[in-house]
Amino acid sequence: MSVTTITDAQLAPKDYASDQEVRWCPGCGDYAILKAVQKACAEMALQRERTVFVSGIGCAARFPYYMSTYGFHTVHGRAPAIATGIKLANPELDVWVMTGDGDGLSIGGNHMLHVLRRNVDLNIILFNNEIYGLTKGQYSPTSRRGTRSPSTPLGSIENPVSACAFALGAGARFVARSVDTLQAHLIATLKRAHAHRGASFVEILQNCVVFNDAVFEHITGKEVAAEAQVLVEHGKPLLFGKNKEKGLRLKAGTLELEIIDATAPDVLIHDETSRPLAQLLAALEPPFPTAMGVLYCSPTESYERDVYAQKGAAQGKGDLDALLNSERTWEVVP
Amino acid sequence: MATSAVSRSGRETRDSVVIRFAGDSGDGMQVTGSQFTLETALAGSDFSTFPDFPAEIRAPTGTTFGVSAFQIHFGGTDVMTPGDAVDVLVAMNPAALTVEVHDLKVGGTVIVDTAAFNERNLGKAGYARNPLDDDSLARYQVLKFDITKLTADAVKPHGLSSREAHLCRNMWALGLLLWMYGHERTATIEWLKRKFAKKPVIAEANVAALNAGHAFGETAEMTEHMVGYVVPKAAVRAGRYRTVSGTEGLAWGLVAGMRAAGIEKMVFAGYPITPASALLHTLANLRAYGVITFQAEDEIAASGAALGASYAGALGVTSSSGPGIALKTEMLGLAIATELPLIVIDSQRAGPSTGMPTKAEQSDLFQAVHGRNADAPLAVLAPASTADCFDIAIEAVRLATKYMTPVIVLSDGYLAHAAEPWLIPREAELPRFPVTYRTEPEGFHPFLRDPETLARPWVKPGTPQLEHRIGGLERDYDSGHISYDPDNHARMTKARADKIAGIARDIPLQNVSLGDDHGKLAVVGWGSTFGAIHRAVQIARDEGRDVAHIHVRYLSPFPRNLGDLLKRYERVLVPEMNNGQLVKLLRAEYLIPAESLPRVTGKPFRVTEIAQAIRKIS
Repeated sequence: MSVTTITDAQLAPKDYASDQEVRWCPGCGDYAILKAVQKACAEMALQRERTVFVSGIGCAARFPYYMSTYGFHTVHGRAPAIATGIKLANPELDVWVMTGDGDGLSIGGNHMLHVLRRNVDLNIILFNNEIYGLTKGQYSPTSRRGTRSPSTPLGSIENPVSACAFALGAGARFVARSVDTLQAHLIATLKRAHAHRGASFVEILQNCVVFNDAVFEHITGKEVAAEAQVLVEHGKPLLFGKNKEKGLRLKAGTLELEIIDATAPDVLIHDETSRPLAQLLAALEPPFPTAMGVLYCSPTESYERDVYAQKGAAQGKGDLDALLNSERTWEVVP
Repeated sequence: MATSAVSRSGRETRDSVVIRFAGDSGDGMQVTGSQFTLETALAGSDFSTFPDFPAEIRAPTGTTFGVSAFQIHFGGTDVMTPGDAVDVLVAMNPAALTVEVHDLKVGGTVIVDTAAFNERNLGKAGYARNPLDDDSLARYQVLKFDITKLTADAVKPHGLSSREAHLCRNMWALGLLLWMYGHERTATIEWLKRKFAKKPVIAEANVAALNAGHAFGETAEMTEHMVGYVVPKAAVRAGRYRTVSGTEGLAWGLVAGMRAAGIEKMVFAGYPITPASALLHTLANLRAYGVITFQAEDEIAASGAALGASYAGALGVTSSSGPGIALKTEMLGLAIATELPLIVIDSQRAGPSTGMPTKAEQSDLFQAVHGRNADAPLAVLAPASTADCFDIAIEAVRLATKYMTPVIVLSDGYLAHAAEPWLIPREAELPRFPVTYRTEPEGFHPFLRDPETLARPWVKPGTPQLEHRIGGLERDYDSGHISYDPDNHARMTKARADKIAGIARDIPLQNVSLGDDHGKLAVVGWGSTFGAIHRAVQIARDEGRDVAHIHVRYLSPFPRNLGDLLKRYERVLVPEMNNGQLVKLLRAEYLIPAESLPRVTGKPFRVTEIAQAIRKIS
């Protein structure tokens, strides 16, 4: 292993890259995510020795090998559990969980639920490509109905889970969405996620060039993006369209959003602290625009900090002899 | 009762006594037994206990499957087991009588609450007629008291409801038994006052019931069978003693091990499962000792969080019972592949699947030693007694941290709850084996091996310039980078095996617990059966038989002399609470014709059945 001596303040994105050859398919959206993460790390001047990337299994899970930080490539779906243990042992570490739609929402769905509700201080980045890539293209829990794959030759008849709606339902205090190709937006979103104390959940729509190419084209395609995405920003109106000519407002008499003219007086202002609004935004799907950005951010104390804040936590100074002699003892004299 | 003589005080002397308290699971029999145990300990006797309770929390009252029992064997001579046959049975209802009376010695004493022998309870217990009214109990001394009424009378001044008064019956029975054996009541009274500190009326009523039971023995007109006894004190090493359960032994041993290794924090991650949960509960109260407990969402997450903690430089510990250990299998594989320390405590229970959750078995030995995909060796230890749980836990920490490996400790449901007297160790006298976390960047790679132990370095994330990646993918022997090279995989597989095998050089040689190191027959056991086997071998040797007792605490790897030692006996008999697992490991490892003595009833071995098996072949 090479020994580097430069200080973190000077680190460039490439300094967060390991010496390992990246082995994703050419054209995979993961490259863009890797680039964005490394750039975000550099912009935030993260200390490599304090940073740990933890992953489960799948294409996304190879991520830690490509970072020059600490990294732990673990077991399918279990990264949230392992990351929780890391934070319990050392809350000072900056821990990222890199996961995918199969890893995080299928085999690891239970762990994802609980790590979010506990609010462990982790940056959880879910690469959603709506397919199992590493096992060669089976449909995933986020695949839309009708998805044809080797295991669903007649088309999937399952209803997909919405990653962001799931996270909100689990009680996540930070939920955001971005796209692999939206570099600037993605970097900004990652930085927001990192700044949030507690579990930050970021769904990244990621293109699998081999098994599910262009599955998000109707949302992310250059021609349609302006119409198909609403980029949400706290305190700003929910506008979209080529010239931001459309807006979203609450439909009178019901709990739904509707599309109206941007000039209408009751266009909704995004409030990222509002869980009900976040739930409405997370659930938007065509013909509505897909919501991108920080849908929800409402911090509360993180789990591991609460653990350490509890009385007598992990002081380690207790008198062992006193413990062994607690309760009733008796003396046997020679 | 081994011997009998009438002392000058009018009390008869007994070498040792076995008492079983039995009643409904709501009758407080475990509490009664525990308090009797405490008073026995304070009286200076040696003892061994066996709590035996149903899986149901509150089974329908009066039913046979709701019977909860607590057995204690105490006396002045070597008390190594909870006792084969019962001298005194306290049966709080007909169901307890019908379930437990079979273990009562002919001529033994049974104490019953006559009020509980009503038509309804008799029916639930399957009695067509009241056994107190016919000659079906003629072989026993039956002491019939209306404990319900005597208790109600005693607590009357405290104004309890009839239900509350009924719940004091166990203290009346305890008071009577404490009188019978000349034990004090002080510790129990203190305990009642502490337990019901917020309900002083209840505390006082229970004390009144306890005192009434005691006074009843002292003053009531006794039948000729109702006499007091004297049980001599045990001749044991001088020092300060306490009672210890296996759960306490393991919990405190883990803390002591963490200290011995100089590790600041333990992260204990568990998921509720019988009978392992007690360890989680015990450790949850040890925050002041650097213990963080984490109740995970499932067994898998519990093992994952423990491994994550170890990766971060803490002592990662997880615990479960057989079915839960099965779920941890995948994480054990990762711990083996990434060569991280991890302690796994398995409180074995009868299986397969849910099996009999509250009944003990030793049937996870195969699972512990071999139950993983691929060639995945790790270390396996098993404590011999509740007191040994403390030492084994320390040893598990030593091996896990020195060899960077998962270590499975095979306890069982019996050890978890049983209690014995324990000579309290002093921290200053405990072993020291400080770990070294790697901080030196020069020449580092994550799988650089210590030439002697073959262990890789332990690096805490947070250490500058040692950033590295590990994971489940096979890695290169010389760089730690991902490698699919065929020869490298063979080399790494061998390295992992050699590392575990090498532990044999670092553990004590196998000793002989009793008898010669050669001869006609060696009886080989492991785990909680130590006491029963030891007593049985002692009996056989007293009969002049050439028998030795060998107890194996290290099950993977075996002590390096074990094979040679066993080959010095003509025959090897292996009693186990399973269908023959250690016996197969011994046969496979040493090509010896070891013979099996399996017991899979969910109850501990009886001394007599092992003694009988020894007689048959020696």
